[in-house]
Amino acid sequence: MKPAPFDYLRAASLDDALDALRQYGPEARLIAGGQSLMPMLNMRLTKPAVLIDVMRITALKEPRLDNGSLVIPAGVRQAILLDRPGLARDLPLLAAALPWVGHIQTRARGTLCGSVAHADPSAEIPLCLVALQGEIHLRSRRKVRRVAAEDFFTGMMVTDRADDEMIEAIAYPLRREGAGTAFAEVGRRHGDYAIVACAGVVDGSRMRLAVGGVADRPTARDFPHLDGSALDDALNAFAWDLGAGDDLHGTARYRRDLVRSLGRRVLEQAAKVARGDTHQEAVPCHS
Amino acid sequence: MPQLDAKGRHTVAFTLNGRETTVEVETRTLLTDALRHGLGATGTHVGCEHGVCGACTVSIDGVPARACLTLAVGVEGCAVRTVEGLAPEPGRLGVLQAAFRRRHALQCGFCTAGILISLDAYLAFRPNPSRREITEVIGGHLCRCTGYAPIIEAALEAAAELRGDIPAPSSPEAAHA
Ligand SMILES: Cc1cc2nc3c(=O)[nH]c(=O)nc-3n(C[C@@H](O)[C@H](O)[C@H](O)COP(=O)(O)OP(=O)(O)OC[C@H]3O[C@@H](n4cnc5c(N)ncnc54)[C@H](O)[C@@H]3O)c2cc1C
Ligand code: FES
Ligand code: FES
Repeated sequence: MKPAPFDYLRAASLDDALDALRQYGPEARLIAGGQSLMPMLNMRLTKPAVLIDVMRITALKEPRLDNGSLVIPAGVRQAILLDRPGLARDLPLLAAALPWVGHIQTRARGTLCGSVAHADPSAEIPLCLVALQGEIHLRSRRKVRRVAAEDFFTGMMVTDRADDEMIEAIAYPLRREGAGTAFAEVGRRHGDYAIVACAGVVDGSRMRLAVGGVADRPTARDFPHLDGSALDDALNAFAWDLGAGDDLHGTARYRRDLVRSLGRRVLEQAAKVARGDTHQEAVPCHS
Repeated sequence: MPQLDAKGRHTVAFTLNGRETTVEVETRTLLTDALRHGLGATGTHVGCEHGVCGACTVSIDGVPARACLTLAVGVEGCAVRTVEGLAPEPGRLGVLQAAFRRRHALQCGFCTAGILISLDAYLAFRPNPSRREITEVIGGHLCRCTGYAPIIEAALEAAAELRGDIPAPSSPEAAHA
């Protein structure tokens, strides 16, 4: 349970990190909060030759509002964002989901960008990014590009990021007038990864449901405004299309059932928020 | 940019419980091992070494963190606080520690150091926590002995005492009753 040896670089600037990524490419790993990478190093599931620590880059610490989005750079820890004044007003979905990410002790270290880079299919932070149709800002010595969240996650812990690219920031579109969001999750215990997590967005033109923990990546579908058995049928079709599998946390059938029931609760709640009937974004649900 | 090679030993400087400290480590040395083996500070325990049990929790710059998921070279310049820093002097208990003792909030004690540090850090920025908030903090720790209820009672009682809402037990006997 100890990491294999590696060289350790403490990047003082974004340029430092990008130079090192260009030089070492696939041999190198960035380390941010370490809350996913360190367990993998300890268990020797990964043995990078070089670790590049990005947490001393002072220019990457401040979230900022830009063009209708909250842009969250690589150095922002989950706990810092959760304490941001106005988060529940600007990004109620993320404010509802973040307390489900691990524990106080892991959120104190873990970053949002690290969670997106890690791309666990059950993770809440990527799920919200897909639900809200956010963007990933990538930068390398070769180029700068922005990728839509739905195109970024390409499989189980696999993303569109190239070996020499760093996630410089992620951008969540802010809550829009007349739109409502809601979040719910079921896990074995609070702080565990979700068995199924659902994020809903409802506005004047559509209902959008994003589901984590079922397919190999967070996956969203748009529906027209539906209710009653038409909504049941649509959710059932979505649940089957996600291709659930059995694992030690739950069967495929259980997961499909959670998609149908949590999905419905989340969409109904988001619709209520959109109508202004309630401000509560987190759907009460006991896990 | 500072580059530390895999094979060498490197000096890390930080403050441990308020005292300037250095320790020699490899780049891959975990903070748990730097504390326990490098500095002999064995109050911080090691359970799972992958972040789930909480036994190794220390405070880094005022916030609770898993020492087993922290590289020792990563705390260069940081303020680290461990269970050894909680007692005001050898042979006396801190307020939280005394409340744990009174309330039987530990049995084998394996989980205790980590829980004390999480609570110590939490109460510093939220002196008036609800039972629910304390439960969430404790949710980041596994305890196989107590069933958690006495831990929560002890934490609430210590918080009240630290705020001055209830008097401190006046004698060592009272503190240990
Ligand atoms: C006990 C425990 C419970 C947890 N529970 C949950 C949970 O319920 N839900 C959940 O979503 N997560 C959970 N996590 C993981 C979460 O805490 C991590 O914070 C997160 O997954 C990764 O963020 P990090 O900053 O710690 O990244 P690191 O661990 O430092 O890095 C993770 C990966 O991302 C890469 N990386 C990091 N930053 C960048 C960047 N800017 N650009 C490119 N690549 C980068 C690294 O190279 C590495 O491959 C849990 C972790 C623990 C220990
Ligand atoms: S030893 Fe660090 S969390 Fe278990
Ligand atoms: S007192 Fe034994 S594990 Fe908590």
